[in-house]
Amino acid sequence: MYAMLQSRVRAMDKGFSIRRMPGFTFIAVACFLFLYLPIITLSIFAFNAGESIALWKGFSMRWFVAAWANTDVREAATRSFQVAFVAATCATIAATMAAIATTRTAPYRGLTFKFAFINQPLMVPEIVTAVALLIVFSRIKVWTGYSGIGYLFLAHSAFCIPFAYMPIRARLENMDLTLEKAAADLYAPPWAAFRYVTFPLLWPGILSGFMLAFVISLDDVVITNLIKSGGQETLPTYMLGQIKRGVTPEINAISVVFLLLSILVVTVFFFVNKKKV
Amino acid sequence: MSSAQDVITSEERRDIRNRWLLSAPALFLIAIAAIGPLFVVLLYSVMLKGDYGDVKFWNFSRDGWFEVFFQKDIFDDTVTWADAHIVVLWRSIRLASYTTLLALVLGFPTAYFIATRDEHRRDVWLFLITIPFWTNLLIRTFAIQELIRNEGLVNSVLLGLGVISTPIQMMYTDFAVMLGMAYVFLPLMVLPLYSSMEKMDFRLVEAGYDLYAGRFQVLRKIIIPLVKPGIIAGSILVFIPALGSYVTPRMLGGGKILMLGNLIDLQFDQGRNWPLGAALSITLMAIVMVALLFYVRNASKSGAGHG
Repeated sequence: MYAMLQSRVRAMDKGFSIRRMPGFTFIAVACFLFLYLPIITLSIFAFNAGESIALWKGFSMRWFVAAWANTDVREAATRSFQVAFVAATCATIAATMAAIATTRTAPYRGLTFKFAFINQPLMVPEIVTAVALLIVFSRIKVWTGYSGIGYLFLAHSAFCIPFAYMPIRARLENMDLTLEKAAADLYAPPWAAFRYVTFPLLWPGILSGFMLAFVISLDDVVITNLIKSGGQETLPTYMLGQIKRGVTPEINAISVVFLLLSILVVTVFFFVNKKKV
Repeated sequence: MSSAQDVITSEERRDIRNRWLLSAPALFLIAIAAIGPLFVVLLYSVMLKGDYGDVKFWNFSRDGWFEVFFQKDIFDDTVTWADAHIVVLWRSIRLASYTTLLALVLGFPTAYFIATRDEHRRDVWLFLITIPFWTNLLIRTFAIQELIRNEGLVNSVLLGLGVISTPIQMMYTDFAVMLGMAYVFLPLMVLPLYSSMEKMDFRLVEAGYDLYAGRFQVLRKIIIPLVKPGIIAGSILVFIPALGSYVTPRMLGGGKILMLGNLIDLQFDQGRNWPLGAALSITLMAIVMVALLFYVRNASKSGAGHG
């Protein structure tokens, strides 16, 4: 109390704030500018009427129209969403089960092992995972002759698991077991307890996990680029190929759509997680 | 320890068995599509390279590992250091370190700024840090490329103001790669720093001022030691992906082989030297493991975990 008074008096006296650090606010503002200036510039030029991504020729939606009319883009976008949906679904189901298995328990043998295993994709550089999968999948391709989209499904499902797992686990750790125990006391079979008790409480975590996994899958370029078979471009690998060749604002237009999607996901994520258990 | 805790009842045993069954799908997926393949990489690194990529199976060879650091003259078989690889390795470590430092210099004040806002306003600032983080890395790299190109915004503005007469060449330099990586990985620095600072007890800062410490002394002797776990966590989170970076150096560094990730990719692409590529991958992973071990040791030493 005394300290508070003292600091208040001092604050009134000389405008002295213990929280202020000289120059920090300036750097922070510069940092936010640094983060947003490139994205904003990029977005503005998506609406350029001219061919250039640097010279402004007036407002136009032509590049969005062009991107939408481009069959390569449509095909790549469809494939991206297909892969992201399948991968996020598989990863979220696996992660939910794993999260239930690894939380709200006394430590048991193998628990640390499970944590390490599940988080492993986060600790290995993407290019190493990509190369490893390239080696294994090319061998399987030779053996089985199968070169479909299943490889992308499998790879994406695996590396999305830790991202789906994080929010689900966090949510579970804030839930106590009382309600599930009560359900069991009332002779609810385990699946009914899950369906009517655990799931309704857990769904914000599951939704967040699904969305994170979806975005992670949608963003992946390194792994997809190495393991895709011919004609299996996803939107990011398509863009990588285009950027190398020199670009029109069509790429900016696609980027803006991606950007809006990210903002949407982060926003939903933020609000879903704000509701406390 | 009471004896009751040592005895595992049959009910507990069943619970543990169920927990293994429940985690089986996740463990299985990661085993076959993440961890298992790493062992195959290890195996490939000791095989003889195939003529058109791939390897000659069960023909063991030291060549892959040998070529990571050495090269043999094709005419007289003299062994010399593989300068090209060592240059790339050294550049990767150097650029990843600079990137981490730049991210720390920018991220520390930013995290501090957010942590000292009113509680209900912090979420807005955090939200602004989170959005770029969840935006496609490729797009963000493309965005920075558009800014620093010779015809980009930075050069246009400087030319327009008459500060420079010819555009500054920023693209295709080490500087561009470092800037690009700092840009894409910055949120990974700010978030753990923030979560350390948020928990910081500002009464300690106040006590410092009461004892006539200056701003700099408070920062150096009180704040930095208190948020050290956040500094370490953030640095590791930036250093590791920066070291294995592939997209950013490929785009901003131009066609040259700039970093380890690109060198590895080359061996599987035009190089057609899979054993060397596999050995380089293991090398990269080993460096990452050393960094992680350093982190784990420091995190346990400072008591509290990271945020």
